[in-house]
Amino acid sequence: MTTTTSPVTDVVADGTTATRATRARARVPWRFIGRRVAFYLFTLWAAITINFFVPRLMKGDAVDNYLARNRGISPEAADALRALLGLDSDRTLLQQYGDYLGMLARGDLGVALTHGLQPVGQVIAGALPWTVGLIGLATVLSFLIGTVGGAVVGWRRGSRLDALIPVTTFLSTVPYFWIGLMAISVFAVTLGWFPIGKAYGIGTTPGLSLEFAGEVIRHGALPLATIVVASLGGWMLGMRNMMLTVLDEDYITVAQAKGLPNRRVLWRYAARNAVLPQIQSFALSIGFIVGGAIIVEQVFSYPGVGKMLLDATNAKDYALMQGGFLVIVLAVLIANILADVAYAVLDPRTRQSEA
Amino acid sequence: MSTTQLTPLGRGARFGAAFAMFRNGKSITGLSILAVFVLVAVFAEQLAPFSPTQIDATARLQPPSGTHWFGTTHLGEDVLSQVIYGTRGVVVVGALTSLISMAIAIVVGVLAGYLPGWRSEALSALANVFLVIPGIPILIIIASRFTNPPLWVVAAILGILGWGWGARVLRAQTMSLRNRDFVQAARLNGEPLRRIIGVEMLPNLTALIASSFVGSVTAAILGLTTLSYIGVIPVNAYNWGTILNWASAQGAFTQNQWWWFLPPGLCIAAIGVALALLNFGIDEYINPRLRSAGELARAMRRKGLDTTAGVTAVTSTTTQGTTT
Repeated sequence: MTTTTSPVTDVVADGTTATRATRARARVPWRFIGRRVAFYLFTLWAAITINFFVPRLMKGDAVDNYLARNRGISPEAADALRALLGLDSDRTLLQQYGDYLGMLARGDLGVALTHGLQPVGQVIAGALPWTVGLIGLATVLSFLIGTVGGAVVGWRRGSRLDALIPVTTFLSTVPYFWIGLMAISVFAVTLGWFPIGKAYGIGTTPGLSLEFAGEVIRHGALPLATIVVASLGGWMLGMRNMMLTVLDEDYITVAQAKGLPNRRVLWRYAARNAVLPQIQSFALSIGFIVGGAIIVEQVFSYPGVGKMLLDATNAKDYALMQGGFLVIVLAVLIANILADVAYAVLDPRTRQSEA
Repeated sequence: MSTTQLTPLGRGARFGAAFAMFRNGKSITGLSILAVFVLVAVFAEQLAPFSPTQIDATARLQPPSGTHWFGTTHLGEDVLSQVIYGTRGVVVVGALTSLISMAIAIVVGVLAGYLPGWRSEALSALANVFLVIPGIPILIIIASRFTNPPLWVVAAILGILGWGWGARVLRAQTMSLRNRDFVQAARLNGEPLRRIIGVEMLPNLTALIASSFVGSVTAAILGLTTLSYIGVIPVNAYNWGTILNWASAQGAFTQNQWWWFLPPGLCIAAIGVALALLNFGIDEYINPRLRSAGELARAMRRKGLDTTAGVTAVTSTTTQGTTT
């Protein structure tokens, strides 16, 4: 770090491999990027297509459901509603598919029957910040704590810290919703430390006030803690196992033989290499995390996208369901792209092998 | 003459080698716990003291007692019997789902690893699509299409959505096997693709397949109980998730009726731990470093050496002190 400016290279501090020389002429790996872009576009198309077909295969239609709940709607009005929702039967499935793609291209997601015919985009925009805030923060926290913890446990192999591994494994084999429900039962009901569910108290009005912020933190703490506790184990175990493999490599022995400080060997030599598969599995687990968000929000009645999707499914509100699913898929794809970028930055081999 | 004598012995040794991954403490413990659950599922009728749906208006929400070991529900149903019958759904769906998803994963993964060029890329992209698209929302949407899905339908949906990870792992391993000498030799001998994959490669993939299988059973059980809990799978086919759904809907968690929600949750945890133990056992068989690292470090510590100090520990006889 400090040695780059000085003309004399400190071999002991820097190591003998010239990591900085390669960075100077790093080329943009167009083929690699192109392949990833094609993959993401294909996945997006597949998701949109599933999204289009699945609700149409479902039994019962949204308008029948709506009529059952709201009496006094004439058959003409019902037909008009069907036309509005793209459910009129005189158009073929292919035409409907075309209409759907056209609407998506215009950013029009339709109207949500269960939210008083509000545009779906608006309903989602109201729910999204809650999910992103809660799930995003929890995911990043558990990834960081788990990876750093796993690195330390792997480094101190054979010590008493090994006992952490079975504990975290146990927590990750129990279904998440059960941990959440137990947490509510113990910490919210019996001990009364936290409120039960919801994002903020019934009396408070949302706004930029200190009182509201306090409410949000108080209500978010328990779901956040349970997600971190439940997902920590996977990251920890993965990192520990990679560390054990990496620590046997010759370059670790060499680094220690050179007399480098332990801290440097641990973080710059071992952990840096061991973290690569972690980032890859991070990308892949995002889908599970987002799916898990539905359960979290159901358990804690948190007003996010997941609960919205579940409610929409129960009410057979197709437009809202499709919108919610689309947002979830987009979130997963964006997170995957970010993980791809991080991977390419951290591991030069992904760039070179494709060139 | 000698070959006829050697064959059975050779076959026996190979048979033994195929099960070597299960012959360690962790695997055996895991398998034993699993066996208990399978037996409970098979003999549910004989083991359960009551019918899971037998309503008893005189014994509502009773804490555990001599007649009802795990207490009763809001309708006076016996929780123990529900848990015992619930084992069936979990075991059946766990096994069936994994069989379906592993069958797809093996076919796609091994083919994608063996075939060259665009066919490999296309199969791999397909597996990645299934990995990336979030499963639970799709499951919720598809499962709600059925008013009363039988267990095999649930298993089929979970299996068809859950093969991506196994295929990915198997593809990577097959790609590395493809260039080994014995596979090259088999190809040069003119062995058909069927034989190369079935006889030359699959035996070398068994540990990996076993490990993926265990992983997919875990995923299937978590998927089933989660879907049952949120009520997507109807509640008349009992499994542990359904019991928790009822308990949650009747407010057992807020009224501290622990006998209702603890047993099914702990059962899921127990089966999960058993599968995790089995996976650890197989992992240590595949990657002996995982096993030896801890033992080696402990052995060194007994000799007064610090593993984290690495090579510097050897020079600790000099005045240089070892770091923390």
